[in-house]
Amino acid sequence: MKKLLPIAVIAAVVLTGCGYNTMQENEEAVLAAWGDVESAYQRRNDLIPNLVETVKGYAKHEADTLTAVTEARAKVGSIQAGKDILNDPANFAKFQQAQGELSGALSRLMVVVERYPDLKANQNFMDLQNQLEGTENRINVARVRYNEAVKVFNTSIRIFPNNLTNSIFLKLERREPFKAEEGAKTAPKVKF
Amino acid sequence: MKRASIIILLLSCTALQALEVPRLGSRVNDYAGMLSPATVQDLEARLADLEKTDSTQIAVLTVPSLEGEVLEEFSIKVADSWKIGQRGKDNGAILLIARDDRKLRIEVGRGLEGKLTDLMAGRIIRDEITPRFRAGDFDGGVSAGVNAMIATVRGEYVPGPDAGDGGSVGGHMSISLLVTLFFFIIMAGAISRILGGLMGGLGLAAAGFLVFPGIGVILLAVLGGVGFVLGLLLSIFAARRGGGRGIFTGGGFGGFSGGGFSSGGSSFGGFSGGGGSFGGGGSSGGW
Repeated sequence: MKKLLPIAVIAAVVLTGCGYNTMQENEEAVLAAWGDVESAYQRRNDLIPNLVETVKGYAKHEADTLTAVTEARAKVGSIQAGKDILNDPANFAKFQQAQGELSGALSRLMVVVERYPDLKANQNFMDLQNQLEGTENRINVARVRYNEAVKVFNTSIRIFPNNLTNSIFLKLERREPFKAEEGAKTAPKVKF
Repeated sequence: MKRASIIILLLSCTALQALEVPRLGSRVNDYAGMLSPATVQDLEARLADLEKTDSTQIAVLTVPSLEGEVLEEFSIKVADSWKIGQRGKDNGAILLIARDDRKLRIEVGRGLEGKLTDLMAGRIIRDEITPRFRAGDFDGGVSAGVNAMIATVRGEYVPGPDAGDGGSVGGHMSISLLVTLFFFIIMAGAISRILGGLMGGLGLAAAGFLVFPGIGVILLAVLGGVGFVLGLLLSIFAARRGGGRGIFTGGGFGGFSGGGFSSGGSSFGGFSGGGGSFGGGGSSGGW
């Protein structure tokens, strides 16, 4: 026992020095950042039915645009998000694409809306528009922070001596960052 | 000549950087000179009062121009750097106005998103601020906007025990780095004292860079110098002790942990953010 104690202390110190804790902390940070991304996207999904209803009342001739939004939303909803998606690059890519399509459909809707002055002056619509803009901004912020967390994590499992600790003890895998996609970088930002 | 060109290169690198986050001097930071002294004083008093009663922090920032930056991106950068709001409660908000861009934004901390929603922030901008701005009444617009923000967030704060501070990740990382460095110095010092010194110099500079990636070259050099001397002393010390277990008693590294980031709350005179975090909530507008 007396001999084991120094070994345990040294092992603890060496492992700490080799990034054992750091890498796990960094992975937790990635998961936490992912939680924010998910809830920001969810927030947008929750907002859409209300938005579509409001626009419908004023812009009856824009059925196509509205249907596109509703369908894109349904498609997003069909993808199982959650933390598991991070371990499945194919699914993650699908998730990104579906969210990107929804962003596109929404921005087309916001352009169409330009033609309806009555709608633009509607208090309810202005409120919804503020909420949509706020949500798009939250999504951006959450994505940027997720990518930062991923970068820190990916670096931490690659640098020496962490890479040794990782390959022997932790076996953590590299995480995929969000790729900037067309339309995603400039979320619907239509000023009225 | 070469030195001069290096200096010029370094200077131009800093000049190319994006618009810097202005220093948080007080609750009202009128860098664009849009407000009268009386308004600033009045706002300061009311915001200080709000913090006293509710612990909610609200700050105002005016800048002359965004210099090409996106309003929302600059705003979240300011919020992340100022950390307005109490740590754990995240009850902070910032009213940001870019004079020449004619844009403004209310950035809302996570803890206030329930009261000062995007919708409310949008209405405050739309109904209180921009109509007055359009008429050229900046004092009136900012006053009305801040009043509305205060009225909206009142009552958000529920008195309760302070959320624990929690050790900073930077501090944690630096300690394990220093412990590792300590061992490496002893090992290198056993071979040669100079080697121990070199290990200390390189190691401390590297540790400094890892913990504070933005650290300057001069500071790195100073860290390297200090590390060299410490490494040398440590090697000599370890050698005296015969390299035995006695070295463990030779601490004295205590003062190096990298903590001490944001200080909590404001005391007399100065004003600082309490460590609140932001998630991009709020609303933007223009006039």
